[in-house]
Amino acid sequence: MKTIIKTHAFLNDVRKVFAQKTIIIAVATCFAVVAFSCSKEDEITNASETEIASKKGGPFNAVYLQEDQMGRPAVNTVFVSSDSKDLFNVTVPSEQNGLFQSMFQNNLEALSPAYANPGDTNALGLDAATFTGLLATDVLNVSLDGVTTFFDGTNVLTGRALADDVITVELLLIFGGEDFSENPTLSNDNVDANDKAFLSDFPYLASPW
Amino acid sequence: MKNMKIYLGIGIFAIAGFLLVAADHIDAPAVSGGTSDVTDFYAFQGEDTDNVVFVANLQGLLAPGSTDAATFDENVLIEFNIDTDQDNVEDLVIQAIPRDGKMYFFGPVAPSITGLNSSIMTSATQSSVDISTRMTPVLEQNAGMKFFAGPRDDPFFMDFAQYSDIIAGNATGFDNPGSDTFQGTNVLSIVVEVPKSMVGGSGTVNTWVESKRKQ
Repeated sequence: MKTIIKTHAFLNDVRKVFAQKTIIIAVATCFAVVAFSCSKEDEITNASETEIASKKGGPFNAVYLQEDQMGRPAVNTVFVSSDSKDLFNVTVPSEQNGLFQSMFQNNLEALSPAYANPGDTNALGLDAATFTGLLATDVLNVSLDGVTTFFDGTNVLTGRALADDVITVELLLIFGGEDFSENPTLSNDNVDANDKAFLSDFPYLASPW
Repeated sequence: MKNMKIYLGIGIFAIAGFLLVAADHIDAPAVSGGTSDVTDFYAFQGEDTDNVVFVANLQGLLAPGSTDAATFDENVLIEFNIDTDQDNVEDLVIQAIPRDGKMYFFGPVAPSITGLNSSIMTSATQSSVDISTRMTPVLEQNAGMKFFAGPRDDPFFMDFAQYSDIIAGNATGFDNPGSDTFQGTNVLSIVVEVPKSMVGGSGTVNTWVESKRKQ
């Protein structure tokens, strides 16, 4: 094993200097120095990933299994029951509505009991079933035709910009009733902007503290 | 007294648990606070309005003093998913995975398989950027796209402490002004800007971000 590790370290140094010649050098060195331990897998790796540095963590060819996912902000946090949060993170979006919509509706009506009244809607005109039907499929809709915002008073769910006050929007839609006037102490957290100004150009996020 | 201490302990534990959960920050036990914990996802039109920008944030609530020690995990693949035909199944992915100080990007490309398992699309357009340090941001461009990976100020803002108090029954409403629980904290960010023509062109696409661990 030591020999292999040393050889790979050597190869990586060589790659830096002779990027274009790495295939030849790697394969040649592999056969010459450690031919007896050079498996087929190693050869394939050398050939397909020659131009990719992989000193640590190994090559890229592997199976990667999902652990977390996110579309819209705070959906898992607010609408998924505690014992189902991991399951929600590993349920593909196309199956989320079928598995989670009724849980979302129960949790919404527990948070904001007015939703349980027949005909009760939020300011988007959505009742509990329709609203949770929208949210349960946790994808972020993004318009490729213009304004991208979670909600700016006019445009609804056309993206999520950095400055969007998504939490107040969600609180308003949960607690604010038909015209955003209900439960005023619950429907705005009164933190309306980020602690640092965003940039107008790439990478847009503010520098770290 | 003994009972009181126990109750107090449970209360503090419960509140601490609430405190750490927000946009998607530490949203579920299996990923809580780990290297695959996605804290936030953004998608918006770029400064160049022909482009769209995707942001994935990981490992939130980093104090400035602990930011330098936070690193991307070489076993964790971050995948931006784009559904262009409204069935909520990804038609295109942009994959990001770190190796030895660089973040490598593959795509946008149609994935060989959809769903919970992924393989890296090494035959797709490959780009990379040096992972930035806290003091020195590095930006890279390739094939009409822009790339960044490294620590940034957490763009998320919310009075999460007060929200937690409300949910726990310890408060009846928000304060005015509120207090931003995420003030002064950093995240590890991956930012990609791509021409709209590469991800559907026009209309509405459905997007989400996933973290996937090498098996």
